[in-house]
Amino acid sequence: MNRRSVAVAVARKDLAVEAGSRVIVNQVAPFALVVMVMFAFALDNDGILQRVAPGLVWLATLFSMLVVVQRSFAVESADGALDALRVAGVDPAAIFLGKSAALMVQLFALEVVLVCAAFVLYGVEPTAAGWAEAFVTMVAATVGLGFVGTLYGGLAAGARGRETLLPLLLLPVVAPVLIGATRATEAAFGSGGASVSEGWPWIGLLAVFAVIFGAAGSVAFGPLVDE
Amino acid sequence: MTPTAAHATTGTPATRRLGAVVAVLLALLVMSGLWWSAEDVVQGSTVRIMYVHVPSIWVAYMAFALTAVCSGAYVSGRSRSVAWDRVAGASAEIGVLFVAVSLVTGSLWGRLTWGTYWVWDARLTSTAFLFITYVGYLAVRRLGGTLRQRARRSSVIALLAVLEIPLVHFSVELWRSLHQEASVANPNARVELDGLMLFTLMLGLATFTALFVWLLLHRQRVILLEDTVADRGLDEAIASRRDEAGAR
Amino acid sequence: MENVVELRGVVAVLGGFPALAGVDLTVARGEVVLLQGPNGAGKTSVLRVCAGLLPVERGGGTVLGMDVTSQREAIRSRVGLLGHTNGLYLDLTVTQNIRFWASTVGATTEEVAAAMARMGLDGRLASVRADRLSAGQRRRCALASMLVRRAELWLLDEPHAGLDAAGRDEIDAVLRDAVSAGATVVVSSHELERAGALASRVVTVDGGMIVDGGTR
Repeated sequence: MNRRSVAVAVARKDLAVEAGSRVIVNQVAPFALVVMVMFAFALDNDGILQRVAPGLVWLATLFSMLVVVQRSFAVESADGALDALRVAGVDPAAIFLGKSAALMVQLFALEVVLVCAAFVLYGVEPTAAGWAEAFVTMVAATVGLGFVGTLYGGLAAGARGRETLLPLLLLPVVAPVLIGATRATEAAFGSGGASVSEGWPWIGLLAVFAVIFGAAGSVAFGPLVDE
Repeated sequence: MTPTAAHATTGTPATRRLGAVVAVLLALLVMSGLWWSAEDVVQGSTVRIMYVHVPSIWVAYMAFALTAVCSGAYVSGRSRSVAWDRVAGASAEIGVLFVAVSLVTGSLWGRLTWGTYWVWDARLTSTAFLFITYVGYLAVRRLGGTLRQRARRSSVIALLAVLEIPLVHFSVELWRSLHQEASVANPNARVELDGLMLFTLMLGLATFTALFVWLLLHRQRVILLEDTVADRGLDEAIASRRDEAGAR
Repeated sequence: MENVVELRGVVAVLGGFPALAGVDLTVARGEVVLLQGPNGAGKTSVLRVCAGLLPVERGGGTVLGMDVTSQREAIRSRVGLLGHTNGLYLDLTVTQNIRFWASTVGATTEEVAAAMARMGLDGRLASVRADRLSAGQRRRCALASMLVRRAELWLLDEPHAGLDAAGRDEIDAVLRDAVSAGATVVVSSHELERAGALASRVVTVDGGMIVDGGTR
């Protein structure tokens, strides 16, 4: 079996699991929205909220991502499916790429919800060019997050104390994404007087991140999840 | 070298000699750093923190580089010798220790010269990330399993850190460069080093490097002993496991 | 005759505990070997080593001619393991599960349909979610995904556990089919009479070792 068709099968399977269980829709998305509302309670000032809205969107995304990654591997270990995948001799790089793709789709949907929430709750008002840039930022950031999330999620999946290990490993790694995506989104939203053109170098950083971890993850995922 | 239980020491004549050299160098550094060298024109005695701070971060960089090299050697080597992994682990532990020392001394120095313990300067921020990344690496080393599992997992994580650190550093640099406010001057650059001060700094670097080697030799031998004990424990466990069959 | 499994002095460690303390086992092509022994004897670990899942700490050997220490990944794609878990995605339907497993090995739609029919999973059960299935139905699901994989060596861990009489008969029938199609089978079971009737050899495992019947 070639790598691509197995990866597609794995991604479709993960999305079918979500379609069947609706955990992201019914639990993670409301959680992300609650986080956005809590930020508003903590930073009780319209001006500040509008200024820091991009950072809050991405922080909420990262927190939600921890939950989504854990869910993605809980599905595999619930009835020993990860073992079964390994016994079936399925190419680990294909599993990595497939699970990353499914994670990206789920994260992207969450980000759309969060950006809409920022629009409604925090009063950000991007221009048309700003919306386009925000869209590209989300795509570039999501690809990178999908790769690292799957890579470190796979390592933590087999470990004791995985709930605490995953954030310790994952959050430092995604710091460049938080910085890059926040700055690019600030440019897109015009927060603090930033102009749209200031965002593109940051999107470049996000793209480099995604490419590096996509390649590294395809190689490293197998040795990390194996016994 | 395989230590026996009767001779369970991590020292050899060579390390004892090195240890003596390190002790002498440390004493010299203390004398030179605290008494012989002059005060700085601007910073006064505060500058003396430099003689610990700069060598600490130097050792930390060296330690993490060694961890990366040993992890690469483990992954690429045909023999897959766990010895590489022991050196990688020992080196990372020492590196984490010295990053912590340099963060603490750095923030004390910052308090004295800038009036604040922490500034969101690019170098400080990426050093903090360096610290957290290798704390995570050490956590992965403690996940359990067999020695080979530990070696494979941790070497992959160490190599991923090699990718991650430049990315974090670069993005933090880019982040800070956007802010137009007067960047905090690099404390080292403001110091006019006279001959004796420069000598003390070099002495500090030499001393800490020797200290690193000495710690590394001992620490990786301690890990070797731990692994040997675990292996012995396995022999006993296998024997008692076999007895289960007879007992029934 | 060619040996499908050949283990010599295999020690395997699980969380610091030597699950296997020196296993010697030979299985020839076409044999049906029954592993028996008390709980915790190491039967499951023997099967997992044969499947290339559990790393070998000491000793060595081959499975299907491939080395159990260095070629584990190659071994995995040619064996089928039915463990204590069924490897199902509980939020997916029976059909979705089996189609997924089929797609990882490139099995055709006809093969999927045949496997599902063989295990009585066509009809009403096909669209039921896996978490609503009974224990026996889940086993049948797992067996169906094994059927589409066309394994040369079948490793079955307590396949009869938790099943009613009809379910056990079904498992036995599938096993007989597999054997007559040329597969080699290693099965662990407490159902000695039932499994013994199928087996060409009975191997006793205890204390992480083969204490009886390890070689022909």
